[in-house]
Parts: sequence; structure tokens; C-alpha cells
Amino acid sequence: MSETSTSLYEQLGGEAAVDAAVDIFYRKVLSDYRINRFFDKSDMEKQAAKQKAFLTMAFGGPNNYTGTDMRQAHDHMVKKMGLDDSHFDAVMEHLTATLQELNVPENLITQVAAIAESTRTDILGR
Amino acid sequence: MSLKMITLDDQKVVCQNGESVLDALLREHIDIPHACKEGACQSCMARSLNGAPPALAQKGLKDVLQHQNYFLACLCYPQQDMTISITPPADFFTEATVIAKELLNPETLLLTVKTKQQLDYFAGQFVNLKRYDGLVRSYSIANSRIHADKMTFHIRRLAGGHFSQWAHQELNIGDTLSISDPQGLCYYLPNNPTQSMLLIGTGSGLAPLAGIISEALHHGHSGEIHLYHGSREIDGLYWIEEMQQLAQQYPNFHYTACVSRGDAPQGVARGRANDVAMTMLPSLKNWRVYLCGHPDMVADSKRQAYLQGASFQDIYSDAFHVASATLD
Repeated sequence: MSETSTSLYEQLGGEAAVDAAVDIFYRKVLSDYRINRFFDKSDMEKQAAKQKAFLTMAFGGPNNYTGTDMRQAHDHMVKKMGLDDSHFDAVMEHLTATLQELNVPENLITQVAAIAESTRTDILGR
Repeated sequence: MSLKMITLDDQKVVCQNGESVLDALLREHIDIPHACKEGACQSCMARSLNGAPPALAQKGLKDVLQHQNYFLACLCYPQQDMTISITPPADFFTEATVIAKELLNPETLLLTVKTKQQLDYFAGQFVNLKRYDGLVRSYSIANSRIHADKMTFHIRRLAGGHFSQWAHQELNIGDTLSISDPQGLCYYLPNNPTQSMLLIGTGSGLAPLAGIISEALHHGHSGEIHLYHGSREIDGLYWIEEMQQLAQQYPNFHYTACVSRGDAPQGVARGRANDVAMTMLPSLKNWRVYLCGHPDMVADSKRQAYLQGASFQDIYSDAFHVASATLD
């Protein structure tokens, strides 16, 4: 394999790829009884927008990710609803399955998973 | 290239070349909600008050929002001076006279008014009705815009509901009340006439849906149109025969009345309207969905419709419609 300067985000297909992934990913998350209670039912469109921002970040795309925001956003779920590693693992599972469904090459899936994994400590407030 | 002037309420900000409206506002310390700055979160949504905003700034917005000149400040690089708003406009009221009152069922009143000024509205939108003493309630417009200066409302009588009790008992033909500008985004646009449509309403939530259906059929909508109207008991339903007749007249219009408690008479489905609809229509990919009624029904249906393939862009419901079934 030759070295390439193309970014991960471009290799994955940019915004169109994120849109396709959100479509599959968010449906998987909402259908999963283990974790769907963490997703607010009252404003699902806002939730979907957040999933898009998250996937854009995980795809190596343009983002304003800050660990502090992520901590704050999930704080009450950790303290009041028992958000823990098992739930984070479930989301990671759906992320990988989504990318597999979209026939994303394994080496790129590994990179996306690594970026998503890097948010674990912030999301779980550690 | 010249600089563009952005006017927001009484403030004016110069937008530099290559600068987004959001960045220009933030540079001047104007407080506008924002987050991702890339068009994903839609929290910096604003509305242009002097014509259509640049098309690129409307990327990803629902068609009705685009139609009303909403745009995302972070994606907006102005082509001309812009006057914008980030808060909802103040209500403007016009006078209307009651011209007919009729009961649709024991608890629901069909109120017809004639407005002094013709209002520009879309079937499915709502207005605020104001009584002489200032008491205000929101009601969906139940007719299509073909009727110009006439508007109809379905007013369900609620125990302890000041406005609805008054409308049922004391409001008479010839009386006047004030009507706000039409509002809301749950309406029909004739931009995709072959798209299949699902409409689910409970109780007086039929009002905006009936207007939307009339509007769609008037525009020659050729896609399938499925209406599910539900109530606990048969008494809470109305216009059953009218809708059945409409279904005979238009082969692409399908109507199912639903009751969630007790026995369902012949021709009426047993179950909650949304459950019946979702069972009968398992795949909603590329469908347009309109929801109106009890807040729980709307939230559940939104989720079900999405999981069965509909995209959020195509699911329409309004905050007020959500409240209309429980509050008067």
C-alpha cells in the first residue's frame, strides 16, 4: 500500500457518507432496548443532528468537539441513569455494524472506532 | 466584492467578505444559539425577512422551513444585505366574525369564521384565537386555502377549558374574535405530488389533517394518501361518512377509523390509530408523515415512522398540535 495524503474523512466519502451512516446508525441505536432509554424521545430530530455531529467527528471530519461539552451532556446520564461501559460498548457495536453494512474497508473502520473510542472517558465522566 | 449589511432587530452588523452570518454576529457579541458551525446541529437557525436567503444556507432544512426563508447562519454567506430574525415574530391579530357553528360529535364543535382581512395560510397551520378579554388559545386551521377569507376550526370541549367551554356555550353567530397570523410548519407543499403520505390524528387532531388532505387532493396529489383517525371510543370520531365518501371519490385516498377501547363497529379498526397504521404500513421509506394529536401518540409515531424507514425531514408535527388534544 502506498502512503496517501487523503484524509480519513475524504476516504470515507465525506458528508454524504456521514448522512448514509447516521440513517443506519441512529435506527440501530433507537431499536436497541439496552440503550434507547438514554435517547430523549421528545426531540428526536435534535438527537439525530447530534448523532451526525458525533459521526462526523468519528469520521475525522470538521468538528468542534470538546471533551467538556461531552462530559456535561452526559453527566446526568452517568449520575442519574447509570450510563456505563456496557452502554458505550453497545454504541460502539452499532457503529462498527453500520460501517460494515456500508461496506467500509476494515482498516478504515478500525480508524473510526479508535476516534470514537477516544471519547469514552469524557462521555462516562472519568 | 462589497460588504453586506446584516440587520437583526435594531442592530446592524457588517458581514465581511468570506465571513458567515454567524461569525459576523458572534464577532459583534450578538447572542445567537450555535454549536457545530457546520450545518449539522441546526441550532443557529434564523429567518430572512427580506426575501430568499442563499440556497446553500438552507442545506438540510425541511422544505417548509426553506419555504419560509429560514436558513442556517453558519452556512450563510450573504449575496446581498439581509434583514434577519432569530426570535419568533410578535402576533399580529385581525378581526373575524363567527358565521357558523355546528357540532361534529358531542364534544367537538365545528366553528366557521370570516376574517376581515384575507390571511395567507397553508392547510395544517394554526392560528391563535383571542377572546374579547384577551384569553388566547391555539387552533389548527381545518380547511384548505382555497377558502380564502373563511376559516374553520374543530374545538373540542374540555372539562375546565375556559376557551373551549366559552366557544361551545356562549360564542354566537355574529360575534367577533381576533385571529393571529397563521403559524406552524406542519403543512402541505405541492413539491412532490407522487410521494406517499401517511396522516395520523387523534380526536380533534383530524382538523389540520383534513385541511392538508383537501389541499393535496386539490393540487392533484397522485401518490397514495392514507389517513388514520383514532379515538378511544366511536363517539370521539367524526366525519366518518365524509371521509369514506372522499375515499370513494379519490382512489388514492384511503381512510381508516380506529377506536382503542371497547368494541369496534363494522368498518372501524380496533386499536390505537398509530399502531394500526404502523402495522398496516410496515415500510415508510420515502413517505411523508403528518402527525397530530396527543403528545404521547405524536412522540411514539415519530419514532415508529422513523424506525420503519421515514426520514425526519419528511415527518411533520407541530408543538401546538401536540398540545391541542390535551389543552383547550
